[in-house]
Amino acid sequence: MSGSWLIKGAEVAGSGGLAVADLLLTGGTITAIGAGLSEAGAQVLDASGLIALPGLVDLHTHLREPGREDAETVETGTRAAALGGFTAVHAMANTEPVADTAGVVEQVWRLGREAGYCDVQPVGAVTAGLAGARLAELGTMADSAAHVRVFSDDGRCVADPLLMRRALEYVKAFDGVIAQHAQDPRLTEGAQLNEGEISGRLGLAGWPAVAEEAIIARDCLLAAHVGSALHVCHVSTAGSAEIIRWAKSKGWPVTAEVTPHHLLLTDELAVGYDPVFKVNPPLRTAADVAELRRALADGTIDCVATDHAPHPVEAKETEWSEAAFGMTGLETALRVVQQAMVDTGLLDWPGVADRMSVRPARIGRLTGQGAPLAVGGPANLTLYDPAAPAEPVSAAGASKSRNTPFAGMPLPGRVVATFLRGTPTVLDGKLAR
Amino acid sequence: MKRHLISAADLSRGDALLILDTAEELASLADRPIKKLPTLRGRTVVNLFFEDSTRTRISFEAAAKRLSADVINFSAKGSSVAKGESLKDTALTLEAMGADAVVIRHSASGAAHRLAGWVRGSVVNAGDGTHEHPTQALLDAFTIRRRLKGATARGTALDGIRVTIVGDVLHSRVARSNVLLLSTLGAEVTLAAPPTLLPLAVDTWPCAVSYELDSELPKSDVVMMLRVQQERMTAAYFPSVREYSRRYGMDAARMAKMPDHAIVMHPGPMNRGVEIAAEVADSVRSTIVEQVANGVTTRMAVLYLLLGGTEFPEVTS
Repeated sequence: MSGSWLIKGAEVAGSGGLAVADLLLTGGTITAIGAGLSEAGAQVLDASGLIALPGLVDLHTHLREPGREDAETVETGTRAAALGGFTAVHAMANTEPVADTAGVVEQVWRLGREAGYCDVQPVGAVTAGLAGARLAELGTMADSAAHVRVFSDDGRCVADPLLMRRALEYVKAFDGVIAQHAQDPRLTEGAQLNEGEISGRLGLAGWPAVAEEAIIARDCLLAAHVGSALHVCHVSTAGSAEIIRWAKSKGWPVTAEVTPHHLLLTDELAVGYDPVFKVNPPLRTAADVAELRRALADGTIDCVATDHAPHPVEAKETEWSEAAFGMTGLETALRVVQQAMVDTGLLDWPGVADRMSVRPARIGRLTGQGAPLAVGGPANLTLYDPAAPAEPVSAAGASKSRNTPFAGMPLPGRVVATFLRGTPTVLDGKLAR
Repeated sequence: MKRHLISAADLSRGDALLILDTAEELASLADRPIKKLPTLRGRTVVNLFFEDSTRTRISFEAAAKRLSADVINFSAKGSSVAKGESLKDTALTLEAMGADAVVIRHSASGAAHRLAGWVRGSVVNAGDGTHEHPTQALLDAFTIRRRLKGATARGTALDGIRVTIVGDVLHSRVARSNVLLLSTLGAEVTLAAPPTLLPLAVDTWPCAVSYELDSELPKSDVVMMLRVQQERMTAAYFPSVREYSRRYGMDAARMAKMPDHAIVMHPGPMNRGVEIAAEVADSVRSTIVEQVANGVTTRMAVLYLLLGGTEFPEVTS
């Protein structure tokens, strides 16, 4: 499938909005963009009515391999990513063993290359074993073949302020970024659900917004103090967005992401105690959702990241407090963003390209990903049909796990095709190989 | 009535009155030499107890047996649960055995709700974590009505009766169910507790809130004391047990501030000397022993109504 592809009549998301054009992909590169292109021998894809976006980049994916191959593998997770329109994902470090050495990050990186559905950029742990006690060998991971630049103890917070300061300082040596899972551990002991009306009614231990906001405020101050890059994972509260807006107004080197589920779902969904809605950070209130959407629209929050967190059935078919935290999200992310951001008029398609491809790639220090669609640029792109009728989401997808909170929920749109360096990974909504 | 009893919010005012009036009818049985009715003969009630609670289990067991149901007691200790079996697998096992009703007690909030999704029989929540304990609220409502209204109780609700619930509301399934049920029945409920032991959004509940007990006592018809759990005593909810007791404990001096007709309730088990002084617990205003007796008749009424037993034979007085 390495020949040329001619994509006819796509609506190309560029800085000036959408413009209808043909795209010619040759040798992994976009070799021409324009009207009425033709190329002998090229395979032709009629893209009329489809939006062409630069291939989506996810800053926050749990691929579970090594260690929990019953939930997901690099291969199944990247298939799900491709079907969701992604051409690159950042694989989080909380595997078994933890990705805290060059050996583990190189293994994950190689598995991604072998699978070939999208680029897999490993994230390294900040602390050895995610234990929060001493730094992992950050420089060695940075120098490895996996070329790690994003470091995160995601799933756990780097709660020790001194260790967080040192981590931020240390990664300046190789242009690294610390992606913080902001959760004060003492304020969230045993916490199950956003602390508010619903948690009180359901008798589930409350997870206060301040547990997230206090850590974000502290980390913004630390990042400013040492002049190093902080990225805030899965921002979930209105207050967090306000703090980040304030930090950015100071010119501090802070970026942030929001998940699709925090853009659409609220803690009201927990009333049936179905742990498919149990996630860390928890679903919040409708007021938080509205504020997160606004913050993503105005750029306070830089990007959408899925926090795709697959779990086997038995981890969710249980009592709420026993169940695992997390939701899958790769296959539904773009459809959710259309519903929450585009169909509401908050973001246009060039804005989606910015928040789901350009900015996450920049934060992740990826080269060859997240470039706006332009002649000479990498042929990573996603073709999306926003007019596809809203279909209920199926729990069964390419991911090995089925813990999608959107199951049965009608979502608009459809990813029609994904190209990774000129080669289709998805065609007509199905894996191309 | 709904098929399950999981939350006191499942009960309309009409449902609640039907249960209380049915319990009144059944209570008259307790005075007869033969206490058993044939109404649930051939039906199976499983007591599924993942948490130790001998008093609640015995109460449900006595209730089911007095209605002639077959009773299976399934306790988490020494069972397959100790070997790691999931709640779902336990539910499917019970389902295969043909349980008509499952009475579940569990340390996880929502366990009864989950179970109801996996079994065909009726689920009765006998306490799920810090969520609800609806039959406790029913027996409390029954006790309040009997004690304050006597012979005229039947057919009436609790309109205008002022109930103060005191203590660890945050972690109390008894408080949650009582607030819902008593307000459904028209009572005016006030929660009295230190702010640390109230849910953050308690202002959305159908009740009033006070951080102080003494001011509530003269206007209370009922004061319900909640148990202070051992694990709260060391987790910074209040400075010391002594201070808690001084500010929120029911002693003789506080009892004297209550109107003459007012009663003191406690769901048990009590911490004598902490939330309730012995002289209060043992006084004539205390309904603690009655609550236990009323628990059996109220639970009989619930099982009878959920399982749609045959009509009772004529009760002759």
